[in-house]
Amino acid sequence: MNHRIKRVYPIEENCMGCRLCEVACAIEHSEFKDPIMTFFNGKPQSFTTVEVDRNFSFSLNCRHCDEPYCVEACITGAMHKEPDGRVIVYEDICVGCYMCVVSCPWGAVNPKEGAKKAAKCDLCPDRELPACVQACPNRALVFDTTEELVFELPEEEEEPFVEG
Amino acid sequence: MLYKSLSSFPVFELERDYDKCIVCGCCVQQCTYDATYYLPYAKKVITDEHKCVGCKRCEAMCPTGAIKVRAVSNEFKHNAYWDARTIRDIYKQADQGGVILTGGGNDRRFRVYWDHLLIDACQVTNPSIDPLREPMELRTFLGRKPDALKIEYDENGEPDLKTELYPNLVAEVPVIFAPMSYGALNLNMHKAMAAAADAMGTYWNTGEGSLHRDLYKYGHCTIVQVASGRFGVSAEYLKVAAAVEIKIGQGAKPGIGGHLPGEKVDEEISKTRMIPVGSDALSPAPHHDIYSIEDLRQLIYAIKEATNYEKPVSVKIAAVHNVAAIASGIARAGADIIVLDGFRGGTGASPAIVRDYVGIPVEIAIAVVDQRLRDEGIRNWVSIIAAGGIRNSADVIKAIALGADGVYIGTAALLAVGCTLCHKCYTGKCAWGITTNDPYIANRLNPEIAAERLINLLKGWAHEMKEMLGLMGINAIESLKGNRLRLRAVGLTKEEMDILGVLPAGEGL
Repeated sequence: MNHRIKRVYPIEENCMGCRLCEVACAIEHSEFKDPIMTFFNGKPQSFTTVEVDRNFSFSLNCRHCDEPYCVEACITGAMHKEPDGRVIVYEDICVGCYMCVVSCPWGAVNPKEGAKKAAKCDLCPDRELPACVQACPNRALVFDTTEELVFELPEEEEEPFVEG
Repeated sequence: MLYKSLSSFPVFELERDYDKCIVCGCCVQQCTYDATYYLPYAKKVITDEHKCVGCKRCEAMCPTGAIKVRAVSNEFKHNAYWDARTIRDIYKQADQGGVILTGGGNDRRFRVYWDHLLIDACQVTNPSIDPLREPMELRTFLGRKPDALKIEYDENGEPDLKTELYPNLVAEVPVIFAPMSYGALNLNMHKAMAAAADAMGTYWNTGEGSLHRDLYKYGHCTIVQVASGRFGVSAEYLKVAAAVEIKIGQGAKPGIGGHLPGEKVDEEISKTRMIPVGSDALSPAPHHDIYSIEDLRQLIYAIKEATNYEKPVSVKIAAVHNVAAIASGIARAGADIIVLDGFRGGTGASPAIVRDYVGIPVEIAIAVVDQRLRDEGIRNWVSIIAAGGIRNSADVIKAIALGADGVYIGTAALLAVGCTLCHKCYTGKCAWGITTNDPYIANRLNPEIAAERLINLLKGWAHEMKEMLGLMGINAIESLKGNRLRLRAVGLTKEEMDILGVLPAGEGL
């Protein structure tokens, strides 16, 4: 696998659920790049989601899988695994069938706010560090390279056959 | 005021700029006192000001700067004698009849002697030193020094030291992290202090709550405490440390013990303190085996025996009226280091009345103890560490010039990692994750970031101290020790200057 890529990893024990990564992501991916304008005039959409369950939280975003389900599911080739390893959407050819949305096991691909397109994390190509990583006040997100990442869906348990 | 009593006048008011609030929910999630909440029908965040403690966590975290936390402007009808805090305290006690608790250090308006002392500098007749060009030494040895050195020369003329030296702590910066126990602080803060002390070549103190197993690797830079509760004191605990400290008193609450509520004693704290989960950790007010200097001597030598006479033993006392005589007794009891904790020292929980009105300023205590020990000719038997309200590097320099060997910083260290001195440590809900044991809230204090910040603080102070030594024409901190001629007083009375042993500004040598 030669496209080993830097990904955004959450560290649960540092996450405090403040959701500033979501705010930073929404601002970075808006047309305004300004917090107030984004949230009052724009269509704020964050590609990272902080999952909070009482005393546990972490920020979940696209894993940029090595064998992405969303790319496999895409009917037009709009969802694409780039040579550098990022998984991104080519919006001009996306037809909005949302097969990628339903196929992603992480819920990291979502319909775009206000348009019939898919939208997902693009690892902030214009920035050195993704906005979410830079915004995290407690280093609960790290941007790092690891070994290849191939996810397997958990096998569904077959219901035991009961006679009679 | 629905369902609330007289005592519930809010202390803080929260100004939220709704033109800027993006309803991200960060403040709601970050408030540990449940003062901020979301109204789904109005899509708005509002604040219950009765619950706000003014810790400013929401203000710091708000991504758009929509929040301002302020002290209420229309407190009560202005009264120079019955101030708002006094009125509130009376309402509160009339409600509940209890002791009013607080955390942190004394915030009353007593004279701050540091601010009345000025540092000398070199001009024309004696050259100052540029610390960026010439070596400048902050290394400090803490512990007993020999009365005299005996040196013999062998046949080649090589010197050989015949005097047996006593064990000493070697601190690269004379600033040590003050005793703050595991339980009062959480483990993340302990990790950060240990890592910072290790990186800076100085020491940190465990406080009376013992040392967590994970931190045994930092033993070489750890001063462990033996307090009246004897929490977690074991042979291994004493052996792993660089020095052992007997805690007699604490500046914020001289003469009273400690109480860690049972709710805060979780699995890890229980293991570390060696007490059952959920049981209150009570430190008695006195050590029940120390009722005299002779008893103290027994404990000091019991510890020395247990540690094979390899580690200095320190005794920490609160600065009280008779501190000079007590310190002399402690020196004669065999202690290697005396820690003087002034009345500005902090605490995790103390009755407010004790914190505010008991003890004496540490500046005075250093001066009188140093003078007394010098008069008795036993100053070299002990090192003096000043604690309680050291705010900046100038305070360190002044403390050392007054006669201390080093200082402890507690409040300053907590401030460095985010504390805003809201003085609610005793609630266990610290929104900055410092004094809480709730594992999820404690996550807010990333030990890695906290250690970096502590290291930065010490580095900054060390730089400033070198600058100040340089401008005084001194190239080693040892040369400043007890050098009160390099201090001048402004705005102090004759008696105060006599006690501090400093001359008034304007008087030359």
